[in-house]
Amino acid sequence: MRTYHQLTDPDRSGLGDQIGAQRQRVAERLAAVRRIVAVMSGKGGVGKSYVTANLARALARMGKPIGVLDADLNGPTIPGLLQVPHTAQPPAIGLDGVKCISMGHFLDEGAPLAFKGPAAESFVWRGAMEASALREFLGDVEWGSLDVLLLDLPPGMQRYIELCDILGKAPAVLTVTIPTPESRDAVRRAMRAAVDHGSDLLGIVENMVGGELTGSAGDDLAAEFGIPVVARIPWHPTPDTWNHLAAQL
Amino acid sequence: MKFLCVECDQQMAFAERELPGDGTLAATFKCPKCGRVVAMLTNPMETQLVSSLGVEIGGRTVPAEPFEMIRANVVTTAGRPDGPTAGPAWSVDAQERLTRVPSFVRGMVKKIYADYAKERGITEITPAIMDTARAELGLEGM
Repeated sequence: MRTYHQLTDPDRSGLGDQIGAQRQRVAERLAAVRRIVAVMSGKGGVGKSYVTANLARALARMGKPIGVLDADLNGPTIPGLLQVPHTAQPPAIGLDGVKCISMGHFLDEGAPLAFKGPAAESFVWRGAMEASALREFLGDVEWGSLDVLLLDLPPGMQRYIELCDILGKAPAVLTVTIPTPESRDAVRRAMRAAVDHGSDLLGIVENMVGGELTGSAGDDLAAEFGIPVVARIPWHPTPDTWNHLAAQL
Repeated sequence: MKFLCVECDQQMAFAERELPGDGTLAATFKCPKCGRVVAMLTNPMETQLVSSLGVEIGGRTVPAEPFEMIRANVVTTAGRPDGPTAGPAWSVDAQERLTRVPSFVRGMVKKIYADYAKERGITEITPAIMDTARAELGLEGM
């Protein structure tokens, strides 16, 4: 009996072609985006979204067209940080003219991300659903011409890996950490994975500096990966703090 | 996925797709040589897995709409889709129209439309549904 690859006729579903068309759609939509930067960390609660939103605003104040893609599908916070109306159509326009897309645009206030479908063994398909949602964010938003598209990633590496697949190449990465050794160790793993996937590491943002959190995670990681600490964000940053960071990029 | 008619050593051709509406899928394939037809039946979980990839068994007949997968599959309200608090989906246009309702009565108005749709088995509220509901329920101005 012949095997799969010995059957040379295409199946009429053309699943391979459909996937190819999806990738093409993403590539065409992002063709007018000069630079894609993923803001990531291996650790939760370090302020990735806060840094992303404020960096985007600072870049926009420099006169650049900026977009933010909120890739934290389960905990979208970008609409709130950019003060985007809940019912705004994507891409919504937030503070300082920053464009954004978020799962928050599709969910009622306080509603968790849930998909229609069989509850039993939903773990089998839920990850694929989330990856498809991410693909639609990338391929269906009419961003127009952007200087930078910032991708606000959730903790962990899964979303980053999905992005690499959907984009067809690894995006540049801006890493966020807090000063503690625990953060350093978690972020290190994420940075190693980013290097393994071929991402350019742009630098480290050390957040929540000058308070009770002690440690030297920013400097330690900078030395280990040979990249700069591009900003140290105090507990009460001023617009100048963010302008300084924006100027580094 | 391909199907082989072992007897004829021929690749079977996709013939038809059916979506019975219970989450399952039936796709038939026919041998071009002997005419034998087989059906591939998928359970809801398998159907969902294919759906989650944003592809269609049998091929696409129309181009994908923006946010097609999200709009079709994401539950926009709190509560499970088949749970007691579940409600119909709101189209983007309907959501936009709802924002024009004064905020202090918006929740009540939304519930009226949602109850109207639920009672009639309507799964998505559109501006047209809102118009019909307004006329039927005497809600002019909402």
